[in-house]
Amino acid sequence: MKHTVAVLVENHFGVLARVAGLFSARGFNIDSLAVGATHDPEVSRMTVIAQGDDKIVDQIMKQLAKLVDVIHVEDLTGNDVIERELVLIKIGANAESRNDIMHVVNTFRAKIVDVSPENMTIEVTGSEGKVDAMLELLRPFDLREVVRTGQIAMGRRVELKTPAKRTVKLAPGQAAAKRNKKSKKK
Amino acid sequence: MKLTGAQILIKCLEMEGVEHIFGLPGGVILPTYDVLYDSKIKLILTKHEQGATHMADGYARATGRPGVCIVTSGPAATNTVTGLATAYMDSVPMVCITGQVATTAIGSDAFQEADVLGITRPVTKHNYLVKDVKDLARIVREAFYIATSGKPGPVLIDFPVDVSRAKTDFVYPKELSFRGYAPEREPEDCEAQIQKAAALIMAAKQPCLYVGGGATASNAEQEVRAFVEKTGIPITTTLLGLGVFPETHESSLRMLGMHGTHYANYSVQNCDVLIAVGARFDDRVTGNISKFATKAKIIHIDIDPSAIAKTVRVDVAVVSDVKKAITRLGRQVNDRRGEIREWLEQIAEWKKKFPLKYDTKAKKILQEHVIDKIGELTRHQAIVVTGVGQHQMWTAQWYRFEKPRTMLTSGGLGTMGYGLPATIGAQLGCPGSTVVCIEGDGSFQMTMTELATAAAYKVPIKVFILDNGYYGMVRQWQELFYKRRYSGSVIGPTNPDFVKLVESYGILALRMKTPKDVVPMIKKALAHKGPVVVHCVVAPESNVYPMVPAGNALDQIMDMA
Repeated sequence: MKHTVAVLVENHFGVLARVAGLFSARGFNIDSLAVGATHDPEVSRMTVIAQGDDKIVDQIMKQLAKLVDVIHVEDLTGNDVIERELVLIKIGANAESRNDIMHVVNTFRAKIVDVSPENMTIEVTGSEGKVDAMLELLRPFDLREVVRTGQIAMGRRVELKTPAKRTVKLAPGQAAAKRNKKSKKK
Repeated sequence: MKLTGAQILIKCLEMEGVEHIFGLPGGVILPTYDVLYDSKIKLILTKHEQGATHMADGYARATGRPGVCIVTSGPAATNTVTGLATAYMDSVPMVCITGQVATTAIGSDAFQEADVLGITRPVTKHNYLVKDVKDLARIVREAFYIATSGKPGPVLIDFPVDVSRAKTDFVYPKELSFRGYAPEREPEDCEAQIQKAAALIMAAKQPCLYVGGGATASNAEQEVRAFVEKTGIPITTTLLGLGVFPETHESSLRMLGMHGTHYANYSVQNCDVLIAVGARFDDRVTGNISKFATKAKIIHIDIDPSAIAKTVRVDVAVVSDVKKAITRLGRQVNDRRGEIREWLEQIAEWKKKFPLKYDTKAKKILQEHVIDKIGELTRHQAIVVTGVGQHQMWTAQWYRFEKPRTMLTSGGLGTMGYGLPATIGAQLGCPGSTVVCIEGDGSFQMTMTELATAAAYKVPIKVFILDNGYYGMVRQWQELFYKRRYSGSVIGPTNPDFVKLVESYGILALRMKTPKDVVPMIKKALAHKGPVVVHCVVAPESNVYPMVPAGNALDQIMDMA
């Protein structure tokens, strides 16, 4: 089953490698992963689309949550979710095919963002289903290049709030001292 | 006053209460070693970086305090990987600092450069690259906090040489802040889960406790003991849980798993409520997972949410520090001895029928015999460190541990060569204790270079090399499952003369050859004031039993004829 997982992470260098590395190390397959900053410059948000039964996804969530740089993990699957993906499509087009392509573009409310005598570039935004359907209709034409951002998702009702920073007060060497006392007791 | 990065690092380590640093110097870590030269922290110079990490690991397991190593970049850093992975698998708190080429050279394939952050990411709890000297003090504090809190583990700090030379005002952070990392946070339903667990225990007719290394990490030995003595519920421990509960106690079922006792494995397989405490259902513990404790409701207490339901189904999950959880659970249950009398009688019968045994009349020295006598002669109070293999399992079976943090062994990763360096680390951390190393000839030779370290610092460790001339556990599997085809497991003909080897380091070497040597030689070794190595020539083809072959259910046990 396909799962949509939203992950809030510290906007540090190397965090993406940690998350991606976790998936490969544990043998989880990722369909897509999209990442970008949020309104809080210290926090990034990832949307991970992964396949797996509930047990595997349960492990993915727990393993992600265990990473020090991960702030919050939420499985959005089954919620009322807005899912979007942006795709750029470069397609070979001449006077003969241009009208037919335009017809598909209009049907999907896509946009032409660049035209040259030999080709045109289309921008389309939508759910995975819409994008796949449009690509299917364009397949008979001369598809040259396709680039997809990967899906991003936001719950209509669920809100992922960034929790406030939790402060830990430590006396000098507290970690060592605390254990020291205990080990002396025995 | 402005300090250099190297000065800040050493100052932070001093303020963390670090007393020993294990490691060896090299190019880019020189500024740090230069500052260390004037510090009150004692440098233990090792002969190999893997040794440094195992020493820090042994130090941490024996004392409960984080072990620290400082090594240089590139090959030194890659040499720490085995030690980090060993500590990571067994949740041992460690802070490892690796030198790195200058930030301006990172990514240029500079001399002794390696992507240490990338290489160590899967084998550390967390790791850092210090890019700005201003972040250094905070990073060091965070590293110690992360290494020792929650489920402990190793943390690595990659420390570029230019950052170690750069200067800044030293401000020691009094507090740290995290958005995500909250190791002490308990889920909201924790109390409800504890109540559910208590209800299950109170209704159980055949309950069994299964306790692992999490109880040691949480220093919960008194609480676990109070729980057992209050309720009368029998208790088995994992390899890493050995010592949390005295094995000489009547409620102890001793170790379970592949080489566990019959009665521990039968108890787990036949119980109706299994209370797993700080344990993670490792495959060496459960045997065939689909046939594991099929009649039982499973209660799982663990600080790590990801340990829960990872391999087995769990009926009640308590995500909490073991010490806290077992204390709270203990308040909600009472003496069960009356209700579970038949169960206890059944277990007593198994204990009587299937004791651990070895041939006391054997003509050659048996490893069990040596370990049994070491246990007696140290009154089960020594800190025992093992390598990995047959001798490790026999140590688990025959020493009879009574105190926590006295069995130090690489359980999760199974790192051969762990023994000698970890013994040195443990002895340095516990100078007043007898620290015994039990190694095999194969495992010992993986890190025996650290004999030089034991000699240099006159660390009074007692090392027993149980030499059967084979990679014994490999040979055992080949005997049982590969028609005695000893492919790659014969090492006797090329073993060194261990006595001569040890003597060349200026360390006392003894040898035992026949069963009558066993007791006198152990006594002689224990009485020696400095380091000593005893070469024990043991029966070459002897197998560890009981044994649950991989893939079998836990109660399908092979035993000696």
